[in-house]
Amino acid sequence: MKIQVAGENALILYFGDAVSDDVSQSIQNVANGLSRYVGGVLIDMVPSYASLMVIFNPLLTDHLKVRQLIREALKNTSQEKADGQGSVITLPAYYGLDAAPDLENLAENAGLSCQQVIDIHTAMQYRVYAIGFAPGFAYLGEVDARIAAPRLATPRKKVPKGAVAIADRQTAVYPAVSPGGWNLIGLCPVDMFNPKAKPTMPVQVGDKVQFKSIEREEFLSLGGQLINGAG
Amino acid sequence: MQIEILSPGILSLIQDAGRFGQHAIGLTSGGPMDPTAFKWANRLLNNDQNATAIETTVGGLKIKSHGTTRVAITGAQVDVKINGTRQPQWQSLDLTMGDELELGYATNGCRIYLAVAGGFKIEKQFSSNSTVAREGVGGLTGKSLAKGDKLDCHALICQADAHQSLPQSLRPEYNDSVTLRVIPGYQQAHFSDHEKAMFFQNEFKVSELCDRMGYRLTGPQVSCDIDGILSEGICLGAIQVPKDGQPIILMNDRQTIGGYPKMGSVLSLDLANLAQLTQGGSVKFEAITIDDAHNLLALAQHKFENSKAEPVA
Repeated sequence: MKIQVAGENALILYFGDAVSDDVSQSIQNVANGLSRYVGGVLIDMVPSYASLMVIFNPLLTDHLKVRQLIREALKNTSQEKADGQGSVITLPAYYGLDAAPDLENLAENAGLSCQQVIDIHTAMQYRVYAIGFAPGFAYLGEVDARIAAPRLATPRKKVPKGAVAIADRQTAVYPAVSPGGWNLIGLCPVDMFNPKAKPTMPVQVGDKVQFKSIEREEFLSLGGQLINGAG
Repeated sequence: MQIEILSPGILSLIQDAGRFGQHAIGLTSGGPMDPTAFKWANRLLNNDQNATAIETTVGGLKIKSHGTTRVAITGAQVDVKINGTRQPQWQSLDLTMGDELELGYATNGCRIYLAVAGGFKIEKQFSSNSTVAREGVGGLTGKSLAKGDKLDCHALICQADAHQSLPQSLRPEYNDSVTLRVIPGYQQAHFSDHEKAMFFQNEFKVSELCDRMGYRLTGPQVSCDIDGILSEGICLGAIQVPKDGQPIILMNDRQTIGGYPKMGSVLSLDLANLAQLTQGGSVKFEAITIDDAHNLLALAQHKFENSKAEPVA
């Protein structure tokens, strides 16, 4: 682990150069160890794939003291075994072609049938590596290399809420209508971000997510909406 | 007691100090682009310095008072009129039932703050009133203020206290060119000495792509020996350098994570000056250490706390 300066009131901890469950778990452990300082000398933290950014209040502390807090958190967590405390959340997804404008294309490029793509996408548990880009946007990974697909050359101006998408070896559910360049392969009827709900999000960093294929009827009965002409 | 928005002008947003501790669900911090001007607007009214106020960009805001209160307008230089009569900035002003206050368009700087006695009373979302329109969070409805919006605030029973004004010598000056002190960090080691020299010795211009999310600059191309990184946390003032070599300085409404290499981050005190610049403004960079930054922040805080507004005779 190495610590770099990010800004006047932020340090960033790098745990490695590659994405892995172990790295993600170490980040989670240190973040848990530091969480009791948030609201005091620490203002916020941003966990991501292989890093943890720690933001502090420079009028209450300084970077040297924060480095010390980080080292202590690291020491305490290294004695704990990575126990994968995260929960497993099942997200239903409707993969019908009326909900999946890029599914046929992705399958064709991968040399697979649509059903094979769906089977592969639903077969695995994905880890929530990071949340960002937009409120509630959870970066899940990594998808099977067979269904990995590059971002669209031209991003869509409007991706529908709930769109289940793939970019490279990442997958995600768009929490709200937004622009986006990921390949859309289905729709999820579960709210990924609801300011009025508690918790606001069904998942958090460190959790595992598994998609479950549902039929059109079930999708609609769960409150899902089909919007024609997505894109 | 309410303040009614007759016209929001170019862009008017409800802001408090910002939204903190919510990055884990992807929410950015928001908050005033020029915190010093924002805090002064509140201090001139004896408010908590982070009480909820309005940030207007460029100008054109017009409000009507449905009761008795006091307001203060700070930040960018702009014509202020109450019922058609010119009024000073950086000073508390009385409003009574039916009064209309109108802002012209900024002639110096671009972020204007309007605070009201006691602050606006709006239900907080995720522990803050700060509006981030991109996220649909904060303010009255998650959006910028619109004609007809009514903002609750305290009625002032007595306006007998002396008005307060910030002495001219303590008012910030907004220039067309700024020097931004930078704490090198993040991927700075991936920029060669030559590229760093290009960055720190040349002048950049603010492009037309400048908003509360980020300021994109144009100037000599600065190259990095990597194209991208694993997406990671972006702090306030971070300087992203995408492949085209044109730096983007990330502001209050930035996305919380991203995958472009970064040179380091701008000192927040200078970021507020950048926020007052519009397209065509000049920017130069100067490197400082994080220890320098801590000292400068402590000094600025000390100076702010020990600066006093004066009663108006």
